[in-house]
Amino acid sequence: MSEHNIHTEEHRDDEASKLGMWLFIFTELLLFGGLFLVYSIFRAQYPANFHESSLELSVTIGVINTVVLLFSSMTIAMAITAIQKKNKKLTLTLIGVTLLMALLFLVNKYFEWGHKFEHGLYPGSELIQLLERGHHLYFSLYFFMTGLHALHIVVGMVLLIICFVKVNKGSIAHDKFVFLENGALYWHLVDLIWIFLFPLMYLIS
Amino acid sequence: MENNGSHITEYKVLVRILLILLFCTFLTIEITSFNLAAFTVTVALLIAGFKSYLVLAYFMHLKYESLLLKILVSMVFVLFIVIVLITFIDYSFR
Amino acid sequence: MNNNEHVSFLEHQGKYKGIFAWIFATDHKRIAFLYMYAIATFFLVGAILGLLMRFELVAPGETIIKPQTYNGLFTVHGIIMIFMVVIPGLSAVFGNFFLPILIGAKDVSFPKLNNFSWWLFMFGSILAVASQLLKSGPPDTGWTFYAPYSTTTGTSVIIATTAAFILGFSSILTGLNFIVTVHRMRAPGMKFFNMPLFPWSIYATAWIQLLATPVVGITLIMLIAERLFGIGFFNPDLGGDPVLFQHLFWIYSHPAVYIMILPAMGVITEIIPTFCQKRVYGYKAIALSSLAIAGVGFLVWGHHMYTSGMSEQARWFFSLLTFIVAVPSAIKVFNWISTMYKGSIDMKPPFIFALAFIFLFMIGGLTGLILGSVATDIQVHDTAFIVAHFHYIIFGGMGFAFFAAIHYWLPKMYGKMYNFKRANIAAVSLFIGFNLLYFPQFIIGIQGMPRRYFDYLPRFQWAQVLSTIGGVILISAIILMIYNLIMGVRKGAKAPSNPWKGSTMEWQIPSPPSLENFDTAPVVKENPYDYN
Repeated sequence: MSEHNIHTEEHRDDEASKLGMWLFIFTELLLFGGLFLVYSIFRAQYPANFHESSLELSVTIGVINTVVLLFSSMTIAMAITAIQKKNKKLTLTLIGVTLLMALLFLVNKYFEWGHKFEHGLYPGSELIQLLERGHHLYFSLYFFMTGLHALHIVVGMVLLIICFVKVNKGSIAHDKFVFLENGALYWHLVDLIWIFLFPLMYLIS
Repeated sequence: MENNGSHITEYKVLVRILLILLFCTFLTIEITSFNLAAFTVTVALLIAGFKSYLVLAYFMHLKYESLLLKILVSMVFVLFIVIVLITFIDYSFR
Repeated sequence: MNNNEHVSFLEHQGKYKGIFAWIFATDHKRIAFLYMYAIATFFLVGAILGLLMRFELVAPGETIIKPQTYNGLFTVHGIIMIFMVVIPGLSAVFGNFFLPILIGAKDVSFPKLNNFSWWLFMFGSILAVASQLLKSGPPDTGWTFYAPYSTTTGTSVIIATTAAFILGFSSILTGLNFIVTVHRMRAPGMKFFNMPLFPWSIYATAWIQLLATPVVGITLIMLIAERLFGIGFFNPDLGGDPVLFQHLFWIYSHPAVYIMILPAMGVITEIIPTFCQKRVYGYKAIALSSLAIAGVGFLVWGHHMYTSGMSEQARWFFSLLTFIVAVPSAIKVFNWISTMYKGSIDMKPPFIFALAFIFLFMIGGLTGLILGSVATDIQVHDTAFIVAHFHYIIFGGMGFAFFAAIHYWLPKMYGKMYNFKRANIAAVSLFIGFNLLYFPQFIIGIQGMPRRYFDYLPRFQWAQVLSTIGGVILISAIILMIYNLIMGVRKGAKAPSNPWKGSTMEWQIPSPPSLENFDTAPVVKENPYDYN
């Protein structure tokens, strides 16, 4: 056995790649799971405070963001259908739309957080330290969870941009698209987390 | 080897799933505007659970994947729920 | 085997030269070596730190170290031993080297990811060392980082917890790699229940690595956020609960101990049939008990928290589950002994270490039952009894299994034999030193000697002196053992393919193996333990 490089080309296992991505998604679910656990404990302990604090959040922006993410999940799923149907142009368009939606989400988040910051409400601020206990915990959870989620949106966008480039170059095509599938899976994870985050943060009246 | 027998999810299926998801979202908003105390959370979580099932099954293609993968995904959610429940054995009875 | 044509993986010339052929290697066997040398180094550093603690403890009061330094010592000793030695240890070294071979594969599913895992491991380890050297001082919280002290102390907690986070990420990726490998890379014809039992144990372990580690990951980030922003999750003044930190921490750290012990049990399950020349008793029971331990192990974490203020119902629940999780472990011990019964026993060094493992693991496990019961645990929580218990289980268990594994598989990995007589002397001395060091701690623990204390009442000194003597014997024996192995690698006799008359696939190939392990297709047996 002399040439070391050959065996990497021969060994292509799409099922393995996909399984690997699903396993990584499991780790992300448990990562956020820890935060959801903390949320559930403190919500059970401070139900009234949590209710009051959530009134500070704009349900409208939350709904817009939810719709945006759900829509983007559909578009990236469609991108896979498109590549399977050998429609490269549509695939690129759909990935592009997904990225646009992601950007829209982040812009909304920017304004949401910005609004809070203007009112002196941010992690470590004087105001937040003075809040009643349940309120303080709510906002700590709010910033931590939506912040970590936003970070994952950024990571997802990077993955999708790489997908875009690869589809454009042709290294993702109708007969080799597991990379796109995996990128889409990661994107759906981001959506999944938000599906639970939205009602728990915004809709607790 | 081609992927998973190359099942292709049609565009119209994906659109329909999105419409159901949007409907569920608005349903959640409506229901949570009533104060049903403990039930509010339960209902909201149940609807969220149903939405995540749709995303998993259709957007993430899990419906057409191997039985192994379906079992593994379920196991992870079960594990998380069990851990939350056990932790509540502490907090509920303190 | 034509050794003239055979090019071992050590001699293979690839894309890179010199040291880069190692640190950029994607060959699972080279990566195993990278981990082994790093982990052996960290182990020795951790052991010396332990020895320093033992010298401090030989007399009451301040002996050679200041109190604050002592706190830093037991913290870094724990961080190194747990995160840099025992958790990665068997999986990263022997899992990497032998999992693919034992299932008839040429490598793991994601070789480049495997290399990346090692780089993460090294980066995390360097950060952990850095936490010792910063101006704010080494962390003094214990490796468990309990709030509220960890959220308020001025020492380098953030760097240390960041290091632990990165090390955890390395562990997650290794687990991911191994799970996919077992599912996708088995040789044609090898079903799950045709796999040898070491791959089974690595598989069960990989699931714990994958699912439990993220929980401590997010917990450490919460801890950092508490220090930086005062988010309040663990601060009663802000509405939080310090016990919540303990819950989150142990939700990972209890399954982590199964990460430590499951591969160890897997190694022992490989060694015993070989040196008894008899198929393992109860193959399915052992395979399934590995999964059972992994699964039930997620549900018992509260037994570390009986004195924390948890509800009575929680203590009851965790105690019950803890007794349940002991059952699959006991099943394994029963099966090992049954395998030996009427076997043709060959007392070579791997088997001596395996016997030591069973003895020490039993003591660790039985004392664990005392701890699983709430009433008795309350007496001994945070005493030297606990220290003795976990050293018996972790060091006596995983540590001795690691020694057993290296003595079993060194001929295969390096193609050289070592001196058996010196190995046996080292093994026996290790055993004596180990028991002398840790057994007295059980006694003074029950009598009230607290853990993590550098000072103590004079009536405990007899035990502390014995323990320190034991520690010196132990370290000396370790040095002898390592010396013997190095001499074997350098100047030992050439090792045949199958020096132990083993039955599993690694013994079908030359020592050391070639780059892609199997020059001819591996022979898959229905029962991997076939000594006819």
